[in-house]
Amino acid sequence: MELIHYLILSMLLFVVGAVGFIVKKNVISVFLCLELMLNAVNLSFVAFASHLNQVHGQIFVFFVMVVAAAEAAVGLAITMVLFRNRNTLNVDDADTMKW
Amino acid sequence: METVFFFFFGALALASAISVVAQRRVFYSALSLIICLFAVGALYLVLEAPFIAAIQVIVYAGAIMVLFLFVIMLLDPFSKTVLRDKRKSLTYLAAILGLGILVLLVPILQAYDPAKTPRSEGIGDAGTGSVRHLGEVLFDQYLIPFEVTSVLILIAIIGVVVLAKRPKRHPEKN
Repeated sequence: MELIHYLILSMLLFVVGAVGFIVKKNVISVFLCLELMLNAVNLSFVAFASHLNQVHGQIFVFFVMVVAAAEAAVGLAITMVLFRNRNTLNVDDADTMKW
Repeated sequence: METVFFFFFGALALASAISVVAQRRVFYSALSLIICLFAVGALYLVLEAPFIAAIQVIVYAGAIMVLFLFVIMLLDPFSKTVLRDKRKSLTYLAAILGLGILVLLVPILQAYDPAKTPRSEGIGDAGTGSVRHLGEVLFDQYLIPFEVTSVLILIAIIGVVVLAKRPKRHPEKN
């Protein structure tokens, strides 16, 4: 398979994730769509690494995964605090930084 | 054979990605995302990146998604209703954004010319995906970013503990 096929797949996954990011109301769903977009970018990184026969793209994927793990942990903690204080998971209800 | 694998797992990844967005319950969204991550992990294997594929399954589909499912099961049963978008404007905005990204990206992909992006010679016979080579580059060339990563993880751990800690209630607020 050529590089272009992987890039097209990556683009489609990214667009699906970006649309879901806007459409979804639930905070956790928004996080899931975020992971989807990160995953799409990772796929294009690995496709380029394989195409260029270099290992640097895979190392970038490694770092992206680490950042995604940290982001998921912090984001879910914020979600729990939001639920505890506001009793909601709707992103529209989290419209003030402090109250 | 590679083509068969690509189209099978690519279609699986895309279908489960659409399912992530289309599902109304968060729990099913998360399960669909796990399928999507597994399919992309299989594509990594096709791309000769076995280490990244293993990390994808163990860390992403394993650890991170377990965290998600844990929080969903902790919170979701108590949320009153399935959250649905009542406003049409966000749907239109999402459609415009999705089409916008496609319109911006498709010309870039159309400009793709295989002849202009030659495969670089380079790393050697071991293949780009061998763990040994990956480790050598990671711990040599990318050593400082790797160490900074550990600081990032430490900050994330401390932040999560601080956030999730139940605050002491002040008597005057009660």
